[in-house]
Order: sequence, then C-alpha cells, then structure tokens
Amino acid sequence: MEIPKAKKMEMLRSLLLSRRFEETLTELCKIEGKIPGMMILCTGQEAIGAGVCAALQPEDVIITNHRSHSHLLAKGADPKSLMAEIYGKRTGCNKGKSGTLHLAVPEINAPCTTTVVGGGPPIAAGRAFAQQYRGEKSVTVCFIGDGAANEGAFHEALNLASVWHLPVIFVCENNLYAGAQRYEEHTRVEHIADRAAGYAVPGVVVDGNDALAVYASAVDARSRAAAGKGPTLIEYKTYRWRGHGESDLQLYQPREEIAAWQATCPIPKLRGDMLAQGLISADELAAMEREVQAVVKAAVRFAEESPYPEPHEALEDVFA
Amino acid sequence: MQQLGMGQAVNQALREEMSQDPDVFIAGEGVGVSIHESPMLPTAGLLKAFGPERVRDTPVSEAAIAGLAVGAAEAGLKPVVEIMFNPFFTLASDMIVNHAAKLRYLSGGKSSFPLVVRMKAGAGFGAGCQHSHNLEAWVAHCPGLKVIMPATPADAKGLLKSAIRDPNPVVFIEDMMLYFVPGPVPEGEYLISIGEADIKRQGRDVTVVTWSKMLGTALKAAEELAREGVEAEIVDLRTLVPLDTKTILSSVRKTGRLVVLHEATRTGGFAGEVAAVVMEEAFADLKAPLRRVTGPNIPVPASPPLERFYIPDAAQVVSAVKEIL
Repeated sequence: MEIPKAKKMEMLRSLLLSRRFEETLTELCKIEGKIPGMMILCTGQEAIGAGVCAALQPEDVIITNHRSHSHLLAKGADPKSLMAEIYGKRTGCNKGKSGTLHLAVPEINAPCTTTVVGGGPPIAAGRAFAQQYRGEKSVTVCFIGDGAANEGAFHEALNLASVWHLPVIFVCENNLYAGAQRYEEHTRVEHIADRAAGYAVPGVVVDGNDALAVYASAVDARSRAAAGKGPTLIEYKTYRWRGHGESDLQLYQPREEIAAWQATCPIPKLRGDMLAQGLISADELAAMEREVQAVVKAAVRFAEESPYPEPHEALEDVFA
Repeated sequence: MQQLGMGQAVNQALREEMSQDPDVFIAGEGVGVSIHESPMLPTAGLLKAFGPERVRDTPVSEAAIAGLAVGAAEAGLKPVVEIMFNPFFTLASDMIVNHAAKLRYLSGGKSSFPLVVRMKAGAGFGAGCQHSHNLEAWVAHCPGLKVIMPATPADAKGLLKSAIRDPNPVVFIEDMMLYFVPGPVPEGEYLISIGEADIKRQGRDVTVVTWSKMLGTALKAAEELAREGVEAEIVDLRTLVPLDTKTILSSVRKTGRLVVLHEATRTGGFAGEVAAVVMEEAFADLKAPLRRVTGPNIPVPASPPLERFYIPDAAQVVSAVKEIL
C-alpha cells in the first residue's frame, strides 16, 4: 500500500505528541496531590492509535477504553481539555466528571471511554448500527485490550456485528498483559484474532509497533466496513511498557522482556524510515518535536491555571 | 373508548411513535418473529407494519441488545429494546447501569442517551424465579435512569410515549399478567408526564402507595375496607424515578397512615424508600407506624399454591391497614 507523505507526517506527529503527553503524566504522577485517581498509560503502544486514527475520517467514531490517551489525541482531541480533565478541573472536556479514565470527547466522535473491560464492543456495535440505519458511509472503531477478549460482551458484540454486517472494526491491542496476568495465563489460542473465525469475521494479526502496518490494515478494514461487508477483528501485537497503572510495580514483568520490547519502540521505527526515505529532514523533525513539547507544556499550564469545579457542580449533568 | 390489555396499549404506543419518528426502532429477542403469537403481546404485528430494518430480532445476547441501545442512542436514534424477562436484566445490567446511566454524566453533559429498555416482569405464570423476579429497586438505585412501572393500559400507553420522547435512559417495566386485563385507553396522541403519581381512589383514613400489578390488589382491598367504613386512598406511583414525593406526602398528611405495597421481595425493596421519605418529611403527620406489604424474602416459587403464597393479596393489605387504624 502506497501511504501518502502527509499521512506519515500525521502519524509521526501523533506518536510524538502521545509519547510526550504520557511522559509528562508519568512525571506529574510523582508529585503528591497533583493528579487524582489512577493513571493508566499506553506508552509504547501509540502506533495503534496513530495508525488506526490516521485511517479514519472525521465522521468515523471511536469507542475506547482506560488506555485511551493515544487514541483520543490521534483522533484530534484538544490536549488542553484532556489535560485539564485529567487534573480534575472544570475546564476539562467533561468538567471534572470523568477524570483520566473515562475521557469522553463527543465533538471529535469519541463519545465513550469505558473502563469496564469489554464494555466497549456492544456500544460500538450500537453506534455502528446507527451509521448503517441512516445509510451513512462512516464506521465505528472499538479499541479493546487482550483482557477484554475474555469478556462475554466482546463475544456477543462480535456475533451481533457479524450477523448484521455492522460497519465496525474491533481493534484488539494485545499488549501481553491483562492486569498482572500474562497472555498465556489467560488465553489458550495463539492469536485473539483466531477467535474471529468463530463469528465468520476476518481476523488479522499485525505488528502493532509498526505504524505503517497498522495504518494499512486499518484502511483495509475501514474499506470493508464502509462497503457494507461487515466487521473485522484486528489484533495488534504490542507491549505494555508501564504497569497496569502507574502504581503497579511490575514485579511480574521480566526486566529483559520490557527491554526487548522497548527496543521495538514504534517511534524510532517510523522516524528512521522517514529520515532514510528523505520524507522528513533532521531540522523538520526537531521542529516537530519542539512543537509537540510546546503543545503539552501549554496543556499543563492550562490545566494548572484552571479552577476546580465547585462541589455542588457534582449534582449537574445526571439527566438531560 | 377502546378497551385494550397493557400489551396492546404498549403496542399502540410503539406504533404511534414509530409512525411519526423514523429514529425510533425496536430490538430484542422475538420482537419480530416470536414463539408466541397473540395479538395481546406488545410487539405483535410490528414487523409486518414497519419491516425488518426497524423491528430487529436479535440473537439471545442481552448485553449486546442493551449495548446496541446505548450506542444507537448516542448517535441520536431512539431505540426501544426489550429484555424478555426482568431477571435477565442481570445479563444486560452492565450496559444499563455502567453505561446508559453514567455516560451522560461522564461526558459532562455533552451526550445524551434517549433510549428505552422494556422489561417484562411479574409473577403469576408459574415459570419460577428465573423468569419472575421484580428488580425495580435495583434499577431505581442507579442515578441516571428513569424508572416507570405502569398499572393500567392507559398509563402504559401515555408513559411509554413519553419515555420514547424523553432524552434520558428509561427503564419501562411491564407486568405480563396485565397484558390480559383490558382497560380503557385513549386513542391517538396521549401523553402522561414521567414522574407524576396518580391517585386511583380517594380516601381519608389510610394511604396505600403501590405500583404495577399491585394496584389491582390495592383497589380490591380498598373495596373490602370500604364495606367496613374505612376509606383507603390509593396512590399509584406509575414512576419510581423521579419519585413524586409531593403526591405521596400530601396524601399521607391527609390520612395520617401509610401502607406501601409491592410484589417485589421485602428487603431492600422500593417500599423502604417510600417509607423513608415519609418518615423524614411527614413523621409528625403519622398517627401510627407505617406498614409494608411485599413479597416474602424468597425466590418466586413455581408450584401454583407456592406462587400464590408469594404474591401479596388483598387480605394482607386489609390486615395491614387494620393493624394501624
């Protein structure tokens, strides 16, 4: 697949932005009282959000999960409003109601980040049903992890989407760990994508640390869905660099394993390819890095300077 | 006026709303082609009238059915999905409790979820506890859901039409025994506001608060009491959330006595909520301790005499009233 330069630039920036955003969060989490609640990061997995979202149109919908930052940034969420939400501030995208775990950004068609493992697939099927019902040519993507593939709701949704030919793409980021359980401890099939056959759905296995391969597979699945041919289950092989959350000491993840996967980091891979092919110069790359640093810095400043909601605002937004 | 069972009234509401709003669709197990063919059932004939695009028979997948509603509603469609029996709510509950009810709040008010989940409920058909288990108190406990439990065919029609037009998730619980009890139903446009209780019988001596099928039991008890000169006021809640505390309190302030009647089991039942509201707001007006008449704390048994024992009857209501007179 010939991938346009502009798409590669978009993906590279997306990778850099997400990485910078999350490295900043890692540092902020070390400061007592700065960031409330749990912090769950997708560091090392950014090529999946970057590649999949680069294959989407603005009207396409994503339903994501607790490891959502790269998906939302790649789909075009405003880093300031995400950061403010993560801080629990009133200017956050959800006025402090969701925090980092449930970031909802309906204005970019990312209306649901669910932390209920396996909660996304049935909703994604429903969102895709609406697209089909209205004769729209858009599609819905549902991001899940390997753990979610053992939830009943995943199987119900895959079956329904198959039976009704819904325009949905189930994207499974197999990062080898569900909580503290390694893949082999929770799943016997070699690939989660193998389960697609049980629902007469194409199952595809792709290197999740290769942004270009991610993009190409997502373009294929999107074409299929938009043409009315139904869902695809894509499994992206990747690795969870951080723990389940930032408080996780990762005692069960071998150091050598982490180091080996870090050597396959998606950023140098894409960056190296683009430099070698002359698609970006060292100066342009440096400028891009400075730009995303400035964006994240501005997001942190915005969040820091924003007010907290008043306590009574907790009572708002329950009912329409 | 036309005489319809509650299933027919629900059917009429669905037909009217589907006719005037192309965003309304229905989905569930057997909502199109059913194992039961009866004109008394809520979705009878809808497939023929509206076609398979809008009347969607689903696989036996309650989580997918409820998730379908959540996702479609987020897009602005108005799904009316059916959970075949109330106990199967457990299979759909994550989608309803953690998603339908919470996603608007989590969006900071940006999204809304105009969906209706219809659940068929009630004991009395001998199927036992995995088909009969009224769980309205569970649903009422979850902020973000409106909960409707009508007792008459007319109320079912008026409230379901309002529920479909409501921008929030609504759980609409129908007692199946009421499908076969005809009552007058206004033809054409007929709306009842969600959140308004209805005084089904005026009285001065005692207030009986109830809902759904137990309204008939309450009215029967009221007639027996009337023969002995006791006038019971029957408050049919119709909607549990939002709760019409005003109507409950003004009735209790008038009568000074309260019995709360429901078919669901006792512990943690919604009668406790009604009782607490009255104790907090109208304690000084009570002339006697309140009483609950409910199903006992057992699963609904299958054998006819056991099931009859389970379902509260008029005699229990009469005796509860007499205890506090």
